[in-house]
Amino acid sequence: MEQSLQGDFCAYEQLLVLLTVAVRNVVRGRARAAGLDPEDVVQEVLLALHLKRNTWVTGTPVAPWVAAIARNKIVDSLRRRGTRIEVPLDDVIETLWIDEAESEGQAHDLERALGRLNERQRDVVRAVSLEGRTAQEVATRLQMTEGAVRVTLHRSLRALAAAFRAVPNED
Amino acid sequence: MKTEELIRVLAADGARPVIPIGHTLSRALMLGAVLSTALFFLILHPRADIGAAVQTLRFDFKLVVVGCVAAGAALFVAYAALPAPTGRRQRLLWLGPLLLAVGVILELATAPVSSWFPRWLGHNATHCLSLIPLLSLPALGCLLFALRRAAPVRPAVAGAAAGLLSGGIGAILYALSCPDDSPLFVATWYSLAIGAVTAIAAFVGSRWLRW
Repeated sequence: MEQSLQGDFCAYEQLLVLLTVAVRNVVRGRARAAGLDPEDVVQEVLLALHLKRNTWVTGTPVAPWVAAIARNKIVDSLRRRGTRIEVPLDDVIETLWIDEAESEGQAHDLERALGRLNERQRDVVRAVSLEGRTAQEVATRLQMTEGAVRVTLHRSLRALAAAFRAVPNED
Repeated sequence: MKTEELIRVLAADGARPVIPIGHTLSRALMLGAVLSTALFFLILHPRADIGAAVQTLRFDFKLVVVGCVAAGAALFVAYAALPAPTGRRQRLLWLGPLLLAVGVILELATAPVSSWFPRWLGHNATHCLSLIPLLSLPALGCLLFALRRAAPVRPAVAGAAAGLLSGGIGAILYALSCPDDSPLFVATWYSLAIGAVTAIAAFVGSRWLRW
């Protein structure tokens, strides 16, 4: 975690993969019970973990921090669908590190949220997500500076998180 | 979008060092305090007899009380900003009010009954009620902006903490120019003014600090 926060790209990607497994375990049962696609909630939690990684205090245990953010987002997303549910923090911590098989991980809410970005932001996000390009490569292809790509990418992610919050998902 | 694709995007955005929320908040506090102080010197000035006033018990006590309120609130802001806060930093919030209560009791015990009312009313209670919130605004703005980067469990509480802290800063500044030093005055009008800032900030927080 510490390496990731210092900007270690590889450490961060590994960490995210680990966290995804943990978050899926927490989300799966609850989301199904509420009739939601668990992967939508997983992606929303991941986005929140990413944007709020500055609130992890160096040297403190990671699990309670992850659990707290996951709980907040799970409750949020259930509330948006009009379901009221109590999620005790201890439950979240308990299920955090259970190992379970991966699901294929396709979700729809994020796709909808992407639709609310402007064209440039969408281009940058797509180039990174689908083609796995680095900021430098994206910059050359879209004729932007590397700094501008980074700024656009970061703004896009904040906009995506806001779109998740704003849209009541009518399925 | 697949989750693996999202992870790729997040990792690409994560390729730079993160500023811990504690740093963000302490920088915002410093900037806010400087701006509020600048506003103080722009529209007010320390009272003319400040040299003599610092040698009186009541004036110093007033500063200590509002200082304790601000210090307790500062610790509480750092606590309320986290998604999984640890420790019991709320306790220090009681220090300022507790001191003030002791001051009020001592004042009531020592001052003649006939002086209670003028001491309580003071010279300019309306100044106190309007200037403390005004002086606190720059600090409040900076703190709320910084808290947008935080992940508070309860956004309204985080907002209230920021309001209490900036109200405390406003009160420290105003206390330097305010001619009323009686604990009776402070307990009523300062509390009302700081309370108003806290309430407004709690409301703003509940809307604006959600994440």
